[in-house]
Amino acid sequence: MRESTDTFELAGRTYRSRLIVGTGKYADFEQTRRAVEICGAEIVTVAVRRVNITDAGKENLLDYLSPDRYTILPNTAGCYTAEDAVRTCRLARDAGVGKLVKLEVIGDPATLFPDVPATIEAAKTLVAEGFDVLPYITDDVVACLRLQDVGCKAVMPLAAPIGSGLGIRNRYNLKIILEKLSVPVIVDAGVGTASDAAVAMEMGCTAVLMNTAIAGARDPLRMAKAMRLGVEAGREAFLAGRIEKRLYATASSPLSDLID
Amino acid sequence: MRLSVNGEEREIEAGATIERLLEDLGLRARRVAVEVNREVVTRDAWPCTELRERDSVEIVQFVGGG
Repeated sequence: MRESTDTFELAGRTYRSRLIVGTGKYADFEQTRRAVEICGAEIVTVAVRRVNITDAGKENLLDYLSPDRYTILPNTAGCYTAEDAVRTCRLARDAGVGKLVKLEVIGDPATLFPDVPATIEAAKTLVAEGFDVLPYITDDVVACLRLQDVGCKAVMPLAAPIGSGLGIRNRYNLKIILEKLSVPVIVDAGVGTASDAAVAMEMGCTAVLMNTAIAGARDPLRMAKAMRLGVEAGREAFLAGRIEKRLYATASSPLSDLID
Repeated sequence: MRLSVNGEEREIEAGATIERLLEDLGLRARRVAVEVNREVVTRDAWPCTELRERDSVEIVQFVGGG
């Protein structure tokens, strides 16, 4: 067992935790902070939004999640054009948390599926501007390959619609992506409970990204722990190598020396 | 002069810089980023970038998101 050496690299940094979490939908910043701490994530996603200029509030999310401790991964959630996504990334970089971005260009409000051509276009621009781009994308191997070709540091295919909690609905498509891509594959969206996270990890995904599954649980802090364990269990099972599936039984106990 | 700041009309003295606007709004020490007319103005340029009548300013920060 080489537990201590099981790390992965993303955009030049090394991580131990394969659980990446969003910070939306929590009751307050303190609950966000505790959930992130319990789930063990080292990378957290954040959104970029207008400051309320009439009431800016005293506190900021990053007062609770220090960029010294966590890799802050700004997203472009809510962007429907490549241009808006690129603008959002430029703003995020200037806010001083580095050049890693989660690129999302949404194509449809009901499914929140990505606009694939616009995502590729935005990725190209951002890579040229020196960003480390992690794109949210459909489970389409060709789209993933294009994003790898333009220089993305990972691809993040959805497993089911964002916030749906439907679980891993596309194992075969993900399997193809896992076989064909050389950059890390991170499942982003769809996970509903710990076993879903385990399934993604058992398949060999580098990491899993989730938000609603933890923040929307009846007890988010308990689910944060469950997700940590689910991701770890799935990863360990992947490394251990599961048995072949068989149609008929194979006895676990010796077949000899039975009593008469 | 009149500006649009995060979609709201706002009055500020002529020739004010971005730094001055952020001071007025109590945001100078905060982790924010600023766009003027859809172009990012980097932090180091805030003190020397004068705003002009009818400029459209966006001031953003990080919030919870997935």
